[in-house]
Amino acid sequence: MKLSIKGIEFHYNSHKVLKDVTFQVVEGEVLALVGPNGSGKSTLLKCINRILKPQKGTVLLDGKNIETFTNRDIGKLIGYVPQSAFHTFSLTIFEMVLLGRKPYVTWKIGERDKKVVWEILSVMGLDKISDRSFNELSGGEKQKVLIAMALAQEPEVLLLDEPTSHLDLRHQLEIASLIFKLVKKQKVSVIFATHDLNLAGRFSDKVAFLKRGEIFAIGSPQEVFTPEIIKEVYGIQAKVLSQTEIERPLVIPISPC
Amino acid sequence: MTLRIMEKNVIATESEIEVKDIYEKLTARKLAFIFGGIAGIIVLSILACSVGAAHISFAEVAKVIFAKLTGLNFAVRKVADTVVWQVRFPRVLLAIVAGAGLAISGAGIQGITRNPLASPFTMGISAGAALGAAVAIVLGWSIVGMGKFFIAGNSFLFALFSAFLVLGVSKLRGTTEETLILAGIAIMYIITAIVSFLQFIAGKEKLQGLIHWLFGSLANANWDKLFFVSIFVFLGSFFLFRYSWDLNAMISGEEVAKGLGVNTERVKNVVLILCSFITAGVICFTGIIGFVCLMSPHIARMYIGADHRFLLPSSCIVGAFLLLGADTLGRTLLSSSEIPVGIIVAFLGGPFFLYLLLTKQRGF
Repeated sequence: MKLSIKGIEFHYNSHKVLKDVTFQVVEGEVLALVGPNGSGKSTLLKCINRILKPQKGTVLLDGKNIETFTNRDIGKLIGYVPQSAFHTFSLTIFEMVLLGRKPYVTWKIGERDKKVVWEILSVMGLDKISDRSFNELSGGEKQKVLIAMALAQEPEVLLLDEPTSHLDLRHQLEIASLIFKLVKKQKVSVIFATHDLNLAGRFSDKVAFLKRGEIFAIGSPQEVFTPEIIKEVYGIQAKVLSQTEIERPLVIPISPC
Repeated sequence: MTLRIMEKNVIATESEIEVKDIYEKLTARKLAFIFGGIAGIIVLSILACSVGAAHISFAEVAKVIFAKLTGLNFAVRKVADTVVWQVRFPRVLLAIVAGAGLAISGAGIQGITRNPLASPFTMGISAGAALGAAVAIVLGWSIVGMGKFFIAGNSFLFALFSAFLVLGVSKLRGTTEETLILAGIAIMYIITAIVSFLQFIAGKEKLQGLIHWLFGSLANANWDKLFFVSIFVFLGSFFLFRYSWDLNAMISGEEVAKGLGVNTERVKNVVLILCSFITAGVICFTGIIGFVCLMSPHIARMYIGADHRFLLPSSCIVGAFLLLGADTLGRTLLSSSEIPVGIIVAFLGGPFFLYLLLTKQRGF
């Protein structure tokens, strides 16, 4: 599904968070959203699936204004993975992933719903612990559960807010490549926000640099990973290695400037 | 194009079967809790109909009820027939329905506020009900005028009025969980102050009547009361059950819920209104019975977890059990007089809850 974001503006009271953000993600494309703290990454993700309502601008899904969709339809089309979650009353892993089927069920869950959930739990390696309660899990496991829940929505667009921030190196690679493979195979369009430039460069087709609520640069990792852009956006000196084993540029931060 | 993970063949079917197994065991355990609870309530009901000033055997209790329900004739003593059918059985049923109603309202309010300390009482409903009763008893004035529902009707309307006041005030700042609870508590204090003032100015006799009402009691149960309470509880619960999935989404966080297509604002309003109706419908007839609505959902959660599809019915069972048990104790403990159920349920329920809190593994 093609996603067009046109002239999105969002402000909390008088504080402007997003200014005229415009970009497109074509079907099956993975876009990484990077930028310093407070640059508007999370807000932008929430404006796309209408958790927040932008004051200006439109979001188009295959050319149709998202405002014409019902909440339930948006829940079927767009999966959203929040940064983190704490629950006062905690569901089990199984119940949480099952909740991803919410847009499809009214009361009774069908066999297909269960099947989808069981398969996702297996794929994510959560099957053995699926009866544990969410609050007992480690940060990494929680993140996996939240991702599994969004996958259970069988979305056509996936929005992930720092999906690997609590994962160790091995799990980061595992989860990132798993999501990448899954979505490539099913032609899901993905936008993920991250602080890890190298992860962004490795698992995306396009990277968008966000600076103070505006898109500063957007393009393939090879195009936009330059010392100049990184300096402008983050205020640091960085070295970019273009010839690497993973065939993607690598960023090495040197010092603040 | 949807994400068809099912077509992938990287999945080991063995692990799928294992998950299925775990899930089915968990579900079976929850259902066992629910059906075991229902069986327990039935046994306790027969026991409750049997004990009291006039002892009536289990067999006779069963005969009376069975005869009335089927229209068949059994040889039972006249006194047994009257005591069971006119006095104890409606009271037992009222305890069950009222307990279930209070408990499910507690579960609903805790779900939308994500707060373990929230209950219909923190929404100002009980304070409003008390004020309605106080105005009727002390000032002799009731919105519904004179008649059968002089106190109950006033109490019900005042309870709803204060619930809407809380909702309205918190709306002014956008209904977040915090404003809902803080507004509720502030309004509860204001209303409670007015009730205290009415107690202060009330004459001795009226004061006694009011205090007795405030204790909460099922002593004057009859089929009429049961009928009205049941309407509120059954209707309210029916609609509340339909929100099970939405409540599951709510406790997983507002953003997650919105992402799943839940209209969180509407769910909050509807659940709050349903819970207010149920609670007001119960306590306007029984007086202020605390504890059940706050603690029953917690006790249920300890056994079956937070999935509202199971939590709501389980809370009902725990609430019914608590209130029926407490009321039966209250009317049999002292031979000379009855202890109001509101007192017993808090006095015994509190330690029971602490015991569970300290011994059960699953937190809430």
